[in-house]
Amino acid sequence: MNMMTENWIDIGALDDIPRQGARLVKTARGCVAVFRAADDHVFALDDRCPHKGGPLSEGIVHGHSVTCPLHSWVFDMNTGVAQGADVGQVGTYAARVDQGRVLLSTAVLDRSAA
Amino acid sequence: MKQNLVVIGAGMASGRMLENLLDAAPDAFNVTLFNGEPRGNYNRLMLSPVLSGEKTYAEIITHDDAWYAERGVNCRFGEHVTKIDRERKVVVGKNGEVPYDKLVIATGSAPFIIPVAGKELPGVVTYRDLEDTNAMIDVSIKPGANAVVIGGGLLGLEAAAGMQMRGAKVTVIHIAGHLMERQLDPAAGYLLQKALQDRGITIHCKGATKAILGKDRVEAVLLEDGTVYPADLVCMAVGIRPEIRIATDAHLEVGRGVVVNDQMQTSDPDIFALGECVEHNKQVFGLVAPLYDQAKVLAATLRAEPAAFRPVQTATKLKVTGCDLFSAGDFAEGPGREDIVLRDPARGQYKRLIIEGDKLIGAVMYGDTADGSWFFGLIKDGTDITDMRETLIFGPSFAGGAKADPMAAVAALPPEAEICGCNGVCKGKIVDAVLGGANTLDLVRAQTKASASCGTCTGLVEQVMAVTLGGDFVANANPPMCKCTDHTHEDVRRLIKAKGLKSIPAVMQELGWKTVGGCASCRPALNYYLLADWPLDYTDDRQSRFVNERNHGNIQKDGTYSVVPRMWGGVTTPAELRAIADAADKYAVPMVKVTGGQRIDLLGVKKEDLPAIWSDLNDAGMVSGHAYSKGLRTVKTCVGSEFCRFGTQDSTGLGIKLEKLLWGSWTPAKVKLAVSGCPRNCAEATCKDIGIVCVDSGYEISVAGAAGMDVKETEFLCKVATEAEVEEVVAAFVQLYRENSRYLHRIYKWVAKVGLEWCKEQIADLENRRALYDRFMLSQSVYQVDPWAELAADARKWAPMADLTLEAAE
Repeated sequence: MNMMTENWIDIGALDDIPRQGARLVKTARGCVAVFRAADDHVFALDDRCPHKGGPLSEGIVHGHSVTCPLHSWVFDMNTGVAQGADVGQVGTYAARVDQGRVLLSTAVLDRSAA
Repeated sequence: MKQNLVVIGAGMASGRMLENLLDAAPDAFNVTLFNGEPRGNYNRLMLSPVLSGEKTYAEIITHDDAWYAERGVNCRFGEHVTKIDRERKVVVGKNGEVPYDKLVIATGSAPFIIPVAGKELPGVVTYRDLEDTNAMIDVSIKPGANAVVIGGGLLGLEAAAGMQMRGAKVTVIHIAGHLMERQLDPAAGYLLQKALQDRGITIHCKGATKAILGKDRVEAVLLEDGTVYPADLVCMAVGIRPEIRIATDAHLEVGRGVVVNDQMQTSDPDIFALGECVEHNKQVFGLVAPLYDQAKVLAATLRAEPAAFRPVQTATKLKVTGCDLFSAGDFAEGPGREDIVLRDPARGQYKRLIIEGDKLIGAVMYGDTADGSWFFGLIKDGTDITDMRETLIFGPSFAGGAKADPMAAVAALPPEAEICGCNGVCKGKIVDAVLGGANTLDLVRAQTKASASCGTCTGLVEQVMAVTLGGDFVANANPPMCKCTDHTHEDVRRLIKAKGLKSIPAVMQELGWKTVGGCASCRPALNYYLLADWPLDYTDDRQSRFVNERNHGNIQKDGTYSVVPRMWGGVTTPAELRAIADAADKYAVPMVKVTGGQRIDLLGVKKEDLPAIWSDLNDAGMVSGHAYSKGLRTVKTCVGSEFCRFGTQDSTGLGIKLEKLLWGSWTPAKVKLAVSGCPRNCAEATCKDIGIVCVDSGYEISVAGAAGMDVKETEFLCKVATEAEVEEVVAAFVQLYRENSRYLHRIYKWVAKVGLEWCKEQIADLENRRALYDRFMLSQSVYQVDPWAELAADARKWAPMADLTLEAAE
């Protein structure tokens, strides 16, 4: 994927995602969680915690972090890196908002299997 | 030979451009100035002081008739331009054509009108010009006038404050969760809302306008949630969009605005544009600073001098007397960005700086904005702040030493604020005792009774002592709620009540939270405390709940959910069992299991199937069993006197009554009950949170049992004679627990802390028992609703928002 010509897919309206919440996007290689922070920034992460596979999309969103609902691992949504004493990382994909629409990088389509 | 210059629009941008141009080259152009308004250029930013009565129109005129006359400007005020004819190079006005060599479009912006019924009624205005301002003044000065402002942004709030100062009763309806959400974060938005409410303005956030009501003239505003606000005037201030119609008609290139290059030139080399109507590098402009820069550039371009427009950072200040807020730069969180937050609850101040690398990139301030321009300078200049980082937030005058004080919230409490709820002891009484020589907690307890009963206010009493005694007092170490705050759970609960805090941002601000949005530990706790203490005022925040409560099902290790319909008292019917079996078949439920709480669990249901299966079970008359909630779970019963040869009372019937009384209530942790029909105790009532054992002479109620990680027998609370008394005692006891326990403590842990004797006293006092019962029922009037019926209605939200499985990778 050439970063200079990043392509975007419109996946829906920003208002379809609750503030401090997430919605899922299905792909051929599993689900991607698209988060909306309180400040309306959006993030796209693989919807699988590297610990025991918990759905991160169901976690509590605080600031730009999300806490996994199963065993409370905390991830920085900018980098996908686990915080604190836990070691691990989830895949992240470029996402942005343009005129109220959420755009996801096409990189999400050809990521390697998680 | 002079060139003909025609300018469409006499606003602040074109006014500044003409000043620059005519000062530098007074004889280069014959200028014709069109303006739709019947007047020349005035300082539109100052309309708010005119509205509030702090200034007059005459004081805000920038260019008067003499100014135009001296410079030979041909004024065509009050005349709309109908067309630009680019072939013949003429501008067509209502009163005739004017030829141009160079043309400037400065049509500004038009207010956005939300498309609701009644928007064209007389009495509905926007807030753009002097006519709007005068209309608002005329209504506001009438006695008893009601005004509604739709839009809680900069303009809407200035309109609201102005009309309020003129005497109107003003309500602001805002669609977002907090005011000025584009310029402020939730904490600063909360402080602003509080300040405006204090001066008598009603603020309704998360409010969507459904219709404007009225026959011949506006009478009221109706919101989607059914609220109606009476209105003699409605001001729509929901936003502006560039006014580009004349440019579009002339086939100039337009996007959101009239597209211009760095020289403010449109797609026609002889036509220029500036101000709020332009779009430069995909950006449009609403604040005055960049417009003045554009004016300078365009004046140079028209004199054939080189110049290029470069947009700069802008800062916002609200022009409402008495509300000091400031925001500049980019204050969203982001990768590699760090926040420095300073909250001073005592003085109602909030400052937040956003740092990226070694630079300050944004600032939000409320309360004390004196340092705003200094911070703004650092942002604009990209100053390296590494060396002053530690003390940056204290501003340029920092003299060393000052640190945010965790005791500030307690120090700021007035003497009459209640600290100990059990014994009604206020702060002043504790301070007096301490000053009188009570320098230990035991002495304070002995003299004032503060923290002498349930003990949950101990932390606060110690803080009052520390504030009074200064450095001489060492409090007991009691761990804070989480890393976001220095307060304990007990302190937070008490302060929520003492200070009347009714939202999560309010708690975080007033109690000096150290993080921006809390964490997964404190947010659910705060959400519970607020809904338990203010059932009528607080709106449950779904996003602050754990997944199980948010999705009304227990999440399983594979991400599926369990569905458990309520079976009142463990009693079911063939019809219900058929409906459950049908649902299990229809949704291919992998496991159907009988639970320990006498009901049936459907395990392994996919999230997107939840609304449909709920809806099917609803149709069969069943509701959610709340098998996932920090709330009432089950009431286990034995068959009792109806069938059992030993039964003394109708334990099944009583269990059903109790479950119907308590279901839907939120509690600090889960609550399980059981009712046994005789002392043989087949329903295992003596290891429940609340257990009732029926005997010949009545009902023995015991509490604080456990059968989980800890195993513990219940302790006797009281004995009553009738079912009605059982219901009142149980509801009152649950309410006592709801009001006093820390979040996630089961009843047995809470009782161990406050003491069973204290609980007994609370329940034995009949007046107090009745009051607890009444408060419980008030909360039930709001929260006793079936979440299945509520959530199944919008099934769309439960499915993925997009399916890209068929999209090919490139």
